[in-house]
Formats: sequence, structure tokens, C-alpha cells
Amino acid sequence: MPEINFDHRQTAHCESGAMSALLRHNGLDISEPMVFGIANALTFAYIPLAKISGMPMIAYRMPPGRLIKGAASRLGITMQFERFRDSKQGMQTLNDHLDQGRPVGMQASVYWLPYFPKDMRFHFNAHNLVAYGYEGENYLLSDPTFETPVQSSYQALEKARFVKGMLAPKGLIYYPKDIPTQRDLPGAIRKAINSSVNMMLRTPLPVIGVRGIRCVAGKLRAMGNSHEKKESYNKLVIGHMVRMQEEIGTGGAGFRFLYASFLQESAALMDNNKLDEVSKRFTDTGDEWRRFALFSAKMLKGRIELDYDKLADQLLLVADMEGECYRQLRQAIRQ
Amino acid sequence: MKQDEVPQDQSAAFEGQKKPLYVIDEDGEYTVALSSGWEAEEVVLDQAIAQFETLYKDARRRVEQGLSAPLEYHMYHQRMDISVLAQSTGFFKWQVRRHIKPEPFSRLTDNKLARYQEALGLSAAELRSMPKEDS
Repeated sequence: MPEINFDHRQTAHCESGAMSALLRHNGLDISEPMVFGIANALTFAYIPLAKISGMPMIAYRMPPGRLIKGAASRLGITMQFERFRDSKQGMQTLNDHLDQGRPVGMQASVYWLPYFPKDMRFHFNAHNLVAYGYEGENYLLSDPTFETPVQSSYQALEKARFVKGMLAPKGLIYYPKDIPTQRDLPGAIRKAINSSVNMMLRTPLPVIGVRGIRCVAGKLRAMGNSHEKKESYNKLVIGHMVRMQEEIGTGGAGFRFLYASFLQESAALMDNNKLDEVSKRFTDTGDEWRRFALFSAKMLKGRIELDYDKLADQLLLVADMEGECYRQLRQAIRQ
Repeated sequence: MKQDEVPQDQSAAFEGQKKPLYVIDEDGEYTVALSSGWEAEEVVLDQAIAQFETLYKDARRRVEQGLSAPLEYHMYHQRMDISVLAQSTGFFKWQVRRHIKPEPFSRLTDNKLARYQEALGLSAAELRSMPKEDS
């Protein structure tokens, strides 16, 4: 196969990282925060019915796959997506792409990728990475989670790409097929911000957006007032929430810092001071999310007393601050 | 978060890796800084791992008492639970619940056993036996 010079960069989040790397390779230099923001990938959702390992689903970003599709549609990019029934066929097609000198994005399970540290391996099937070459049975990979390029054997990669279950990757391969040269970035940014603001403020469901944050605050308070002694389960839920916010590559504060960075970049691009102001406020909001994580961790560790009301109050503070940010954002992009 | 506030708590789970955070530098510009870990994150990660440890250690006891097949131990040891294992094998949850009992497990056909091998990444011999020590 021809050697592909792939510019590996570590990013905060795998999906925005893989997408921005693929676009950059194909001549569109775009930052990770810009990809994330323009796809309006930011959200907050609390879905108690969708249980993951017995824990309610808490998400700080849109479901896997939405980011790539969202960014592509806003920028007028045509993406090619390929899924496979047969794993051998899926591996052969990967080789074919690489033989043609084309790096491709792939969806895979974190658990079966051999280069992940043991403590970071969980059954999350919607991890994203880029393949840019192979040497015999060894694949050269640019995984945005890691500082340097990594490698995997044929068997391990096949297993990771073809696990079954929730969010099964089915060997998904993707790459940009057509990138238009004419782009209206400010227009796309305006649309994306508008869409995020609407989702966070106006989704008619009490578990999504700013109302969703308030809803979780209410749940935490209810845990404290409940007569049932479910402290160990409650602690798992709190820990799970903090993991979703911090530990699963979010760039800090459940993608809030990533989004603030997007706002700052957009402000400069559109010469819009108001956006810059909101970016600062958004950073402050992120700091309060971090404080929520810190309080939670101290309570879980027993360094301070488990105080559900304190956690709930902290979340309400975050909800107020975020709500204000979205209202200001709406003003800032009004022409 | 400001650049000089980036936690460097040397998280063991990272195995020497660092992870990027979006932070503001002294001029208020966003930039990327590498963190070697944050204690708060480590607490919740340890909690999640300890939860699986508790589960597979309890399962080991049940296997030794003859109440469960080694399959239950391997399920938790591979960081799965009934519903994840059901999804990744294509069995119903009630079937998995049945299969982790010693008697139904011993009667599993090769075909069904192969589905568990595939999902858990273990050989038939490994699935039928217990490792001497937890790894």
C-alpha cells in the first residue's frame, strides 16, 4: 500500500477528533471545537429509562454519530458511510481504502482495542478512530484519545469493529467524499448556535437541556429526602454522572470548555464581541460543573459528608448560569 | 478553567498517558493543556472498577458454593452484566440468567457456548473453568 502521511493529533473527544482529522487530511483545516460546535453536539439529557449497566443515561453531548453527520450537513460535506454484515468483508474493504491511499474513520469498541489502558476499558461500542495504514497484519491507527499514533493486530481490530450489542459498530467506516470549496462558515455557526440554544431552552421535555439539569437536581434532593436506605446505589449514580461529565473524553466540564472554545473562535471569525463575552460566561459555567464533580468526589470518598442538597444546589446554580448563557447567545447572533 | 489550574494528579489509570483539556491562557485565549489526571475523576473511575470487582468476587464465591457456573464470574470479570452479555450474544436476558446456573450451563450446546466465547473473548475451556486468582 502507498504510505499515507497522516497528521495525528490528540483531541479531547474522539468523534470530533476523528472528524476534524479526516477533514484536515482532505484539505479543510478545521479545529475540534469548531467541528463540535457547528454540529450542535452540546446537550444535556437525563434519561432514566435507558439504563446502561443499571445506571440512568446521562449525556452531555448528542448521541454517537450525530456529531459527524451534523458537522457534515452544516458544511455541505458529503460523507460516505459503509457498514458490513461480514467482518472479513469489513476488514478487506478497510484494506482496499488504505491501498488507495485513503485514511478512513472507524467506529469500534473501547474494550477490545488492545492499546487502551486496562482501567479505561469499558464496553462502550461507539469509540471513533482513524486508520491510516497497515503493515502485514498490523494496523496503523490515529486514535484521538492518545498522544501518539497506536497500532492494533488484525484480530483485535476485527473484534473491536464487529462487537454486537448496544451501539454495535457493524464495522462502520466513514470518510468525506466531497468537500465544497465555497463555505459560509459564519452562516453555519449562526444556525448551529441557534439550534443548540433552542434545544437547551425549548425542548418540550423536562429531562433535556437546562430543564434536564434542574430535573437531576430535583432527583438528587429526592434521594436525600427518601426514607429508603439506598445510599450505595445513590453513590453509584452520582459517580456515574461525574464519569460521564469528566472521565469520558470531554475536554473538561462535560464539553462545556470545548463549547466555550468554539464560541471564542467564532467570535474572532465573525468579529462579534458579544459572542466573546458569552464564551467567558460559558467558561465560568464549566468551572461550576467542575466544582460539582469535585464536591461529588469528596462526598463519595467520605472526606466531606454526603449532602444531597448541596449537590442539588450546585446543579441549580449551573442550570441558572447555563440558561443565562443561552439567552445571551440568542441575542449575540441576532443580526 | 485557567491553564495554571490544570490538575496534575498522576492518575494511575492513565498508565503514563495524558489527556487534553480546553483551558484559557493568561491572555484569556483558549488553548489545549495536558493533564496527567484529576483526583476527582480518579475517585469515580475507581468506584466503577471496584463495583465490577465486588461483582466478580461475589460470583467466585457462588461458583465455589456450586450455585453458579464460571460463566457468571467471567461475565463480571470482563466488565459486563446480564444485559450487556445478553445484547452481545443475542440471547434474551432470561436465557443468560438461566445459563449462568451450573446445571443449564453444563447442557449448553457447542453452538450456544460459541456465542459466549465470542462475546467474552474466551475459549470454551476458559469458560468452563475458574482462574486460580483474579487478574
